[in-house]
Amino acid sequence: MSRKILLTAKEVNIILHRFACQLIEKHLDFKETVLIGLQPRGKFLAERIKSILENEYGVQGIQLGFLDITFFRDDFRRSEKPLEANRTEIDFLVENKQVVFIDDVLYTGRSIRAALTAIQSFGRPSGIELLVLVDRRFSRHLPIQPDYRGRQVDAINNEKVKVCWKDNDGEDQVYLV
Amino acid sequence: MKELSVNHLLGIKYITKSDIELIFETADQFKEVINRPIKKVPSLRDITIANVFFENSTRTKLSFELAQKRLSADLISFSAAQSSVKKGETLIDTVNNILAMKVDMVVMRHEKPGAAHFLANNVKASIVNAGDGAHEHPTQALLDAFTIRERLGGVEGRKVVIVGDILHSRVALSNIFALQMLGAEVKVCGPKTLIPKYIESLGVKVEPNLRKAMEWADVANMLRVQNERLDVNYFPSTREYAQQYGVDKAFLDSLDKEIVIMHPGPINRGVEISSDVADSQQSVILDQVENGVAVRMAVIYLLAEKIKN
Repeated sequence: MSRKILLTAKEVNIILHRFACQLIEKHLDFKETVLIGLQPRGKFLAERIKSILENEYGVQGIQLGFLDITFFRDDFRRSEKPLEANRTEIDFLVENKQVVFIDDVLYTGRSIRAALTAIQSFGRPSGIELLVLVDRRFSRHLPIQPDYRGRQVDAINNEKVKVCWKDNDGEDQVYLV
Repeated sequence: MKELSVNHLLGIKYITKSDIELIFETADQFKEVINRPIKKVPSLRDITIANVFFENSTRTKLSFELAQKRLSADLISFSAAQSSVKKGETLIDTVNNILAMKVDMVVMRHEKPGAAHFLANNVKASIVNAGDGAHEHPTQALLDAFTIRERLGGVEGRKVVIVGDILHSRVALSNIFALQMLGAEVKVCGPKTLIPKYIESLGVKVEPNLRKAMEWADVANMLRVQNERLDVNYFPSTREYAQQYGVDKAFLDSLDKEIVIMHPGPINRGVEISSDVADSQQSVILDQVENGVAVRMAVIYLLAEKIKN
């Protein structure tokens, strides 16, 4: 299978730092902001951003949670593959907080639609933003757009964007497969 | 990607160890869901479930109903006492009439062993056995094993004694299958008249002495004395049963270890266990009830996944 490198480790690193700066500009001290990584793959990106914010920009007390959207998906009983649940870990309230959803790839927008419903189980946020590493534009099924995007990609439907993380896959790299 | 190996949950005997593990992993996630401020997910909003109870039940029925509501399923409930069954309608006719209302799943309790199998073979719907006579009560066994796993960190290698009326108990049989499948060692303890003769052929040892059984065990599952099923006198009196097979706090404290006390409910307080045991730290009875909802949500969710349009 041929694969093309979309982002190298160096480019991923630059983007992660850019995300950190954009988030600080928008949210300042993160007292009223929570980061939510979408399970399963948004978790790694969310952890990396939090670590950069803390270790390189000295922002402390960032609340980070992970949200599983399996039970809120709209393809239950319709998809060929069984849906497998992941762990949700949100031990704080999102009531009146600015929520930043973090995911690796934005494609049809259906996962984000599910996440928007799922987050309501934890309270009513004052606002929700979306941060994605890769935005596959022109592929949306729903009117959903990111507030922060790393790289925009035009890919045909049978191509797949694969995001690898150092902590999980041994390297930071984004491929078009 | 994992899915259940069956389209119905008729008994523990008919599912595999990996089915149980999948149910537990899914129930872990549902347990998190039911502790959220909003305890509901929309997964089953296009599924209709009929709860058909031919025999009395409080907690199983409530637990199933709550599980179904938390999954956003539509449900209809039916109890034989107020139905056309009293007019002589057959089981198949009753259920087929319910299914004609476009029901996708049937949760059934029936006093006859094998009723759930009969239904699974004769009607087009996913069947969940909520207890069939003295045969099986699979969701109870699943929630019991789930509770042991939660309290002790795992089921494998644990020693579990089931105390009381083994003869009439579907809970005992399903528990034996589930616990053994997950690698636990099981003994039964109770009056000889209430221990079935075949029980050792299931790989279960009989220990007539309660103290010896409790000293051996990590977990004791105290079954209810089923007065409604005792058509002959299997033991002289409830008082004598309580003296020989009942557990109170003094008895528990006299053991050299702290064992976990379970009870499928409803409790006859002062018979199987005393109030101070039921309400003690060692008792996981209320955990069993909470876990029952999560486990039943997992079972229904995983079975519903197999109902394709």
